[in-house]
Amino acid sequence: MPPPALPPAFADWFARRGWAPHRHQIERIAAARAGVSALLIAPTGGGKTLAGFLPSLIDLAERPTAGLHTLYISPLKALAVDIHRNLETPIAEMGLAVRAETRTGDTPQTKRQRQRARPPHILMTTPESLALLLSYDDAPELFAGLGCVIVDELHALTGTKRGELLSLGLARLGGLAPQCRRVGLSATVARPETLRAWLSPTGRDDLDRVRQIMGRSGAPARVDILETRERTPWSGHMAVHAMAEVYEAIGRHGTTLVFVNTRAQAELVFQALWRMNHDNLPIALHHGSLAVEQRRKVEAAMASGRLRAVVATSSLDLGVDWAAIDLVIQVGAPKGASRLIQRIGRANHRPDEPSHAILVPANRFEVLECRAALDAVRAGTLDGDPPRAGGLDVLAQHVMGTACAGSFDADALYDEVTRAAPYADLSRRDFNDVVAFVATGGYALGAYERWKRLARDEARRYRVAASHFLRSYRMNIGTIVEAVTLKVRLGRGRILGEIEEYFVQGLVPGDTFIFAGELLCYEGLRETVVQVSRAKGGGEPKVPAYAGGRLPLSTHLAQRVRALLADRRRWNDLPLPVEEWLKLQAHFSVMPPENGLLVETFPRGNKEFLVAYCFEGRNAHQTLGMLLTSRMERAGLSPLGFVATDYVLATWSLKPARDFDMLFDQDVLGDDLEAWMAESSLLKRAFRNVAVIAGLIERRHPGEEKTRRQVTFNSDLIYDVLRKHDPNHILLRATWADAASGLIDLQRLADMLARVKGRIRHQRLDRISPLAVPILLEIGRESVAGDAVDTLMAEEADALIAEATSGPSAPELPL
Amino acid sequence: MSAELIVNGVRLIADPSGALIWPDAATIAVADLHLEKGSAYAQKGTLLPPYDSRATLNSLAAIIEREQPRRVICLGDSFHDLGAAQRIDPSDAARLAGLTNAVEWIWVLGNHDPAPPRGAPWTGRIETSLTLSALTFRHEAEPQGGASEISGHFHPKTAIRTRARRVTGRCFVSDGRRLILPAFGAYAGGFDALDPAISGLFRRGFQAYLIGWTTVRAFPRDSLSPI
Repeated sequence: MPPPALPPAFADWFARRGWAPHRHQIERIAAARAGVSALLIAPTGGGKTLAGFLPSLIDLAERPTAGLHTLYISPLKALAVDIHRNLETPIAEMGLAVRAETRTGDTPQTKRQRQRARPPHILMTTPESLALLLSYDDAPELFAGLGCVIVDELHALTGTKRGELLSLGLARLGGLAPQCRRVGLSATVARPETLRAWLSPTGRDDLDRVRQIMGRSGAPARVDILETRERTPWSGHMAVHAMAEVYEAIGRHGTTLVFVNTRAQAELVFQALWRMNHDNLPIALHHGSLAVEQRRKVEAAMASGRLRAVVATSSLDLGVDWAAIDLVIQVGAPKGASRLIQRIGRANHRPDEPSHAILVPANRFEVLECRAALDAVRAGTLDGDPPRAGGLDVLAQHVMGTACAGSFDADALYDEVTRAAPYADLSRRDFNDVVAFVATGGYALGAYERWKRLARDEARRYRVAASHFLRSYRMNIGTIVEAVTLKVRLGRGRILGEIEEYFVQGLVPGDTFIFAGELLCYEGLRETVVQVSRAKGGGEPKVPAYAGGRLPLSTHLAQRVRALLADRRRWNDLPLPVEEWLKLQAHFSVMPPENGLLVETFPRGNKEFLVAYCFEGRNAHQTLGMLLTSRMERAGLSPLGFVATDYVLATWSLKPARDFDMLFDQDVLGDDLEAWMAESSLLKRAFRNVAVIAGLIERRHPGEEKTRRQVTFNSDLIYDVLRKHDPNHILLRATWADAASGLIDLQRLADMLARVKGRIRHQRLDRISPLAVPILLEIGRESVAGDAVDTLMAEEADALIAEATSGPSAPELPL
Repeated sequence: MSAELIVNGVRLIADPSGALIWPDAATIAVADLHLEKGSAYAQKGTLLPPYDSRATLNSLAAIIEREQPRRVICLGDSFHDLGAAQRIDPSDAARLAGLTNAVEWIWVLGNHDPAPPRGAPWTGRIETSLTLSALTFRHEAEPQGGASEISGHFHPKTAIRTRARRVTGRCFVSDGRRLILPAFGAYAGGFDALDPAISGLFRRGFQAYLIGWTTVRAFPRDSLSPI
């Protein structure tokens, strides 16, 4: 059968624009006419989004209908708005009677109500807004005629809790509108079968139901590592040494995107560029902590070509189409080959020309990583983590949402949720426990029958027990649990954005810090607002660090780095200072041996550091960090914390470790792993997220704004009590699963411990070794609970003895 | 390791559990148990784990077992609300009855529990405040009161900076004239000792007795940082 031609009106429109439809656009139309779903894989800027909508526009032109025809779901509000704008052009130019509208958290209440009563043909929305729509009792009517769901940036949603919530929403839509096709738009991924399963109505990969369509790939990208005139520093993540060269590169190109990995880096790079900006080039800053209005302003300026450069974090990784990016600069190591390709793709809006990117390693270790990433891009290998099972906390939210829309039958709902790929293997027991949690808390002590949220009617169907639960569900929808942040206000004027409370706690009035591109002076905390003024300079400013700002290095790249380090002959390919650095390591300490384990110890800043060069990936190192500090605690070394990268694990303690065979013995895995991990701050943080998502703790109550500080606080107390009295509770299982997918790589760790047994090479140093520098600059440190707290308190208290504080206070006569 | 302190000439011990021990009177005092806070939230739809009373009673039983006091004083807000006695699990209620029957037990009334619970199986004397030799026990410190007063209500918490990291925890607060206890209840939460609501009661400064992992240490007000 020949491919169906475009209908005349569409063919004319393409012709008027001087375009020919891409092959993948024609294939999409064929798939739609055949009524099957499709996964369209294409690099950024390949006309993917238009391909997604073409079949819907054609269908609506050929068979005009009332009611909702196509749902477009994007991970970003801004993207939904942007796509809507782009879609209005063909609709207007072809004179189609198609109404397209956007619906996000920002949409006014009146418009939202109208959209439910009189839906547009095409609705652009977010996963959270879809969940909200599905929770109303009119959802069956609203979605009954739905023909198509388009999920944009699918690769960015799968494997996340937002994606899990969306997959459950799609399963629900599959029940309400069985005829509905699904279309996924994705960048190139290592495991397309995961995405196909995600789109399939059965939740399993099925090529008859989901067709895979490949967009054309553009010309291969040109990627260079900056050959700096300066000496690449041993340490640091900011690449300050290379800023002059970055600035020159910006000057030579039309528009440049400068990607960094953390918000702190964004602030510092932005400052550094402006310090040397004698030509007053319009250079802007964009990251997720800045006030929304500020970000929109930058995006608009970028879209209209008024900027020469934007310094951005992953807040700009996705979507919004900007016409002409000429150069992408990646400052700091890219952390993953797929991410790097995505970022390079931002400069790829003329698919026939190669996009150009420059990698700027910030230190010598990052040179190795950039080299490995470059090799990966050239070899076309991508990072691919196996899919993880859907979170039970997300399922709990969905179960409540389903009950909000009406009643549900447990058997039918179980069948429905197992048609969502992340839940395809969900056991009935876990499902039942989740329903029990939603209904009564699901506690072993069945205390809350009286106050249940879900009641069962005569037909044994579950329904919401009281209407106030509907309101609180709708106010707490979604899976994004933000860190506790505080607004930053400049003088009496504008809010600059939000910084993490944790950072504010370390400030005293008069401290200066860099935020929103300005040097600010901390004045104090007024209620929950951080009051600041413009600083006059002087002193070393601090930079806010963000727990969430960190990108994990992919295992794939970690392996490549390890191989590079192990092969001395390849050091010649590295920049001279890096080669020297490796030689210095060999001189001051030793190189990590091929099969054994190098462990360095040294004192630094009143603490004792231990650095183990395991090269087993961050997950395994995190687990080892917990086990090792547990053992150190028992050995009386008073461990304080640890940090793990993909290469290295570092711990710090009050006393130095000596017996490494004992510390790294295989039986460390036999220790009460779970018990120790359960005490960690990491698990408590994971529990807080799970508790909020599952609906145990509310973000907001109807009518009362609960501060986020309270949420943080309560969840730790709840966690402690629950763990002691109901250790098998569903939320603890969900917490453990979350931690396991991010933290534990037990098998790999066990293999390593077996391999290095008897081959531990301990190197005692009087100071940090060249190779150890990067690890101590990592953020994302985990602190350890234990008697170090008491030791530190005792030290502080003893230091205050002069103030007569450690003994009984002086007796005082009542006046 | 606990810390010694003297209030109005009386030697007292700040225990890491959050209890105050008065050795010479064989008395212990605890503040703000907030029993049945979990079920109070459950009633309003937030199904917190229902084990908070159990956890709190475990801690209380442990300190009583260790110290063998003749007298226990609960400094108010012992119950999260007036309905707590109706909601408490029978086994927890029996546990509490066992504790109250074994010693001289005094319930000081608080703002959360302004009246004695009706029909509860446990015993104990009800007081709005209580003076024993040189000390006066009440729920909330009186602005004009001061010398000799032992109270709760504020759930004080504080933080210090150390060479390695911040240490945060519940604390006792005293200036040698009056003393405020930390909350003892499992879900009770905490409130910054530097907040004017607390620090304003101590015009001439105070010491915070910070509870760590297993120890209590004294720190002067000036060495504390906000939580």
